[in-house]
Amino acid sequence: MSDKTTAIKGGTVIDQSGSRRADVVVSDDGTIVAVGEGLDGDVTLDATDCVVSPGFVDLHVHLRQPGKEEAETIESGARGAALGGFTSIIAMPNTTPAMDCASVVREVIDLAADTICDVRPSAAITIGRDGDALTPMAELVKLGVRVFTDDGTGVQDDRLMRTALEYAGSLAHLSGGQPIVLAQHCEVNALSDGTFMHEGEWSSRLGIPGQPAEAEELMVMRDIALARLTGTRVHFQHMSTAGSVAMIRAAKEAGLPVTAEAATHHFCLTDACCADYDPVYKVHPPLRTDADVAAVKEGLQDGTIDAIATDHAPHTPQDKERTFADAPPGMLGLETAFAIANTHLEMPIENLLAAMSWRPAAIAGIQDEHGGPIADGGRANLVVLDPNTTWTVAGDAMASRSNNTPYEGMAVRGRTRHTILQGEAVVIDGEAQR
Amino acid sequence: MRHLLSMADLDRDDIEQILNLADSFAEVGKRQIPKVPALRGKTIAWLFYEDSTRTRLSFETAAKRLSADTMNFSVGSSSVNKGESLRDTVETIAAMGVDGVVVRHRGAGAPHRIAEWIDASVVNAGDGWHQHPTQSLLDLYTATRHLGSLDGRRIAIVGDIKYSRVARSNAIGFATLGAEVTFVAPQTLLPPSLEGWPVKVTHDLDEVMEDIDICYLLRMQLERQEQAVVPTLREFHEEYGLTTERADRLREESLIMHPGPMNRGVEIAGEVADRPNAVITEQVINGIAVRMAVLYLLLGSGLNLVDNQEAVA
Repeated sequence: MSDKTTAIKGGTVIDQSGSRRADVVVSDDGTIVAVGEGLDGDVTLDATDCVVSPGFVDLHVHLRQPGKEEAETIESGARGAALGGFTSIIAMPNTTPAMDCASVVREVIDLAADTICDVRPSAAITIGRDGDALTPMAELVKLGVRVFTDDGTGVQDDRLMRTALEYAGSLAHLSGGQPIVLAQHCEVNALSDGTFMHEGEWSSRLGIPGQPAEAEELMVMRDIALARLTGTRVHFQHMSTAGSVAMIRAAKEAGLPVTAEAATHHFCLTDACCADYDPVYKVHPPLRTDADVAAVKEGLQDGTIDAIATDHAPHTPQDKERTFADAPPGMLGLETAFAIANTHLEMPIENLLAAMSWRPAAIAGIQDEHGGPIADGGRANLVVLDPNTTWTVAGDAMASRSNNTPYEGMAVRGRTRHTILQGEAVVIDGEAQR
Repeated sequence: MRHLLSMADLDRDDIEQILNLADSFAEVGKRQIPKVPALRGKTIAWLFYEDSTRTRLSFETAAKRLSADTMNFSVGSSSVNKGESLRDTVETIAAMGVDGVVVRHRGAGAPHRIAEWIDASVVNAGDGWHQHPTQSLLDLYTATRHLGSLDGRRIAIVGDIKYSRVARSNAIGFATLGAEVTFVAPQTLLPPSLEGWPVKVTHDLDEVMEDIDICYLLRMQLERQEQAVVPTLREFHEEYGLTTERADRLREESLIMHPGPMNRGVEIAGEVADRPNAVITEQVINGIAVRMAVLYLLLGSGLNLVDNQEAVA
């Protein structure tokens, strides 16, 4: 074999099995070929004072292609993801047209064929994300889709959601036994239509129509009940309220098949950020209160919330240069996620990596390729992190085609140094290699 | 002071200065030729993204009495309908060399955004549910001309508060001048949180009638009824309207105020609006002098450099 090998030397390896000092040698055939002391390869990557982890997996990104390529493309989004330490990301289906049929899903797969991060399409639960009729789920599962969601909106109709869960629960024979997951954006439209931020002290003062925490919580409550009824797994996207976290904790204690993610901004920003009407802070679900932020953090710390997601949502400057009401919701997240989590979450780094790598990989059904143990023969999808470097966030310096980061000018701690995809060093010392 | 965006930006001294200056300008309005050269050579643009007749006419009259040049940006016939962004629109107007922009927009915070983008002074003429500071200033002017100091005075603001920029502005404005503000409305017409607001709340209008110095009624947006926040307008009138019986219980010197336009028979009984202590028309008249004062302070000279006599001469 004449495969090229890369040695990652001098770091601390952390994976599901724990932490140890070791060098890691990967081959460009996509596998890990050796883990141990004093190893060498054709190429050396320094990992002194760094953590070597399975690459991050993001369950929730908006790549805007097809349809809104001036804000982001699959290529630019994947580049940002790799720079953020992600080796796999799940693309949300709210493109134009929506990822609700085989032709659009195939287009996304084709556009992602050669990107420096493994981009996996999700698909919509309902055609056009309109909440009326199911997408051809079996056909889409056969194309590789494992996550279904109408993200951007929740499935409002109780009967349709029940049907979706029952149908998706009977498709595992088409996915090689990998579970199919329905991921829900929990928001009851009757309580949230025409609103632009969290309802409370700040919305009242600012005169901005707000939605109560209950708009999210009522759907969390319903879908926990439907998970119980159907036995099919429900994944709760971007949990933002204390009530939601408490319900998911209770559902897990009751042994129900539920998982949950929290977006980075929901554990470090609050609705007070909206005080100057800057739409960079407009996001769905909205930024909530200090108490909600504390509950989301606690949920991550005790494992109630399985995964950290970004809900990376690029928008062009011209789209954000509107009033708070008129601007579209969403903020960037891929290139800041690890730093924000590392800066704001008081939890052991092992748990933080679990929430960013192997737990989301298992939820997405891609644990055979991502998030796996760092051992001989394992898949060489890795990230090398410097948890102690402090840097200042700048939207214009990002790979994203947009610059709507809510962390502009903020000092954060922790940075991705190298990213390895299928044995190839796609990011070295914070620079994308192609 | 470069902009007037919210009553929260003004302290007691600022408000009193504006009201005193308005007093001088009120005298101008009574002259045979009601015009002074205070803003000659200054240009003001009207940027009304939302329909307005009274506020616009009032501002326009104020500007003309100060000899300012004005230009109208009419949203209906403009590039806004061709998809131009708010920022591009206001930067285009700013490029034409305006000194002030008077903005009304259905989106809360629109004037704040605009003030970040351009050098001209921005006056908020109403943004969504948020603020309408010149309405509050003219209300304060009208109230003080009748009652003198507002320290310890009691004002009830009644009705459609949740969706009202007038209520938000006046809660702050009256409290800043020392008055005690009570919101009177059913919970469906109150903001979801009143944390940090200088107000008391009651759901019972009858409870406060004898105690108040001002009964301030808000226009009931008739489309609210479609959202079923009150069962019927008749029931709203019964519970929260200033009926003849309630108006009879007001003390003789207490004022009845309304920002207009009124729904007679809804928030106010038709007959009550014409009583001597209803100062609703006076509010409209005073609006011109107050807006002259605001425009002069923003565009004429600094707030701390006011020479009333020079402005009025």
